[in-house]
Amino acid sequence: MAYHEIIVAGFGGQGVMSIGTTMSEAAMAQGLNVSWLPSYGPEMRGGTANCSVVIADTEIISPIVLEPSELIAMNQPSLDKFEPTVKPGGLILVNESIVERKVKRDDVRIVYVPSLEIASELGNMRVANMAMLGAYIEATKFLKFETVVDMLRNIFTSKKAHLVELNEVALQRGAACVRL
Amino acid sequence: MAKELWKGNEAIAEAAIRAGCRCYFGYPITPQSEIPEYMSLHMPKAGGIFLQSESEIAAINMVYGAAGAGARVMTSSSSPGISLKQEGISYMCGAELPGVIVNVMRGGPGLGTIQPAQGDYFQATRGGGNGDYRLIVFAPANIQEVVDLMQEAFELADRYRMPVMMLLDGMIGQMMEPIEWKKPPVSPDDLPKKSWATTGTKGEREPNIINSLFISPEACNAHNHRLEDKYRRVIANEQRYETNDTDGAKIIFVAYGTPARLARAAAGILEKEGIKAGVFRPITVWPYPYEALHQVAAQESVKAVVTVEMSTGQMVDDVRIGVNGVKPVSFVGQAGGVVPTPREVANAALKALGR
Repeated sequence: MAYHEIIVAGFGGQGVMSIGTTMSEAAMAQGLNVSWLPSYGPEMRGGTANCSVVIADTEIISPIVLEPSELIAMNQPSLDKFEPTVKPGGLILVNESIVERKVKRDDVRIVYVPSLEIASELGNMRVANMAMLGAYIEATKFLKFETVVDMLRNIFTSKKAHLVELNEVALQRGAACVRL
Repeated sequence: MAKELWKGNEAIAEAAIRAGCRCYFGYPITPQSEIPEYMSLHMPKAGGIFLQSESEIAAINMVYGAAGAGARVMTSSSSPGISLKQEGISYMCGAELPGVIVNVMRGGPGLGTIQPAQGDYFQATRGGGNGDYRLIVFAPANIQEVVDLMQEAFELADRYRMPVMMLLDGMIGQMMEPIEWKKPPVSPDDLPKKSWATTGTKGEREPNIINSLFISPEACNAHNHRLEDKYRRVIANEQRYETNDTDGAKIIFVAYGTPARLARAAAGILEKEGIKAGVFRPITVWPYPYEALHQVAAQESVKAVVTVEMSTGQMVDDVRIGVNGVKPVSFVGQAGGVVPTPREVANAALKALGR
């Protein structure tokens, strides 16, 4: 039985919510059950934001994630807040570009992703979140890269079609951080 | 049909349009603003009217007017805005007008907070406006149920000539889940014609009058008893509920909306600790499924009934009515936008068992 409870957290504007919705859409396309729950509050660009995603091959009981099996921390406050809540044996993905410290836990798997450097090398800062997603897919091995790329083909059409390849490369560069 | 990922609030709006609703009047308020936002884009495309009113009070009175003219109509708001609509809701019940009112609840009282809560249960089920009236109140716990019930809400409103309320907590409004658009909703064309509506006499009939004013006490009394008969028919025919693992359970959790899902997570915790727990979830909170709850609670295996709410305890009154003293009833909850944890809920069950 697969039951993934994920928290994606960071600053508003980092694509935190869209990492969550992309995962959810991909999981749904693979026939899995999903729920996506945003934090909502008096938040603005630069403030903190997070979403809880549950992906399972069984019925999803509660959409609320208190103890994530996987955490994607896009900034330092998110790592500070959620690191202690991750289940032992879980996974923490850290946006190494702006998080200034290492993960303190020694009972979880840790992957560092220099998402801004990857995006910068690819010439488009907006794909930083796709690098994080690529690392997640590679580290957890239940979503397929083809599923996400197919979705990108549906999102980016005609004049924007060239963005499919850019996003795909960003996914792969993120995935490569796991393979190191 | 393939599943689609929908946010609760947007799904409500789309379900309404699919159900033939062609008038939306409302005013933005968190956590339901995606409903008017979606309506502003899609209602005109469906050939309907979207109007952002100057206030919630104006919106409910526009609903009254459109319903009187025979339109399928709705409004939506969140707790403080729903308070403002109470007068209009009472008038709609008095004038026997169909319509759907969505309340995506946030913390109160007063302006409270924008986070999810369930503090409007009394208002929804006991009547926040004046007079002897009732609303059919649906309390969905997942997005599929949101769209299924939203489509049915319009049908029931038309059949019984009364407002139907969708009572959601902010969590259900904000979350996304996959849904399927199942069977098409019953079209207004397949329901009894609204011969009472004020559509213009065209010189062919006496004018229809829509009013909630009865000067003579005898006439008002008779009107109230007629409404009472209608409400009895609703009670007899429209109770909905769901049970999960209640057969042979030691603990029965009772919860609606998001807390029902937390209660199921709590039941999972208890199962690992060797205690069988089930969840009774009312889907209609008016009419309340008292008898069904009583049957579940009266089982020999049941030692305690624990009500879980995102309030300081409102539905627990209905639980006590249903259980009617055959088993001890206790309560666990948080209010003001704080969501109880499954562990907290499980601990409340352990306490009820004297552990």
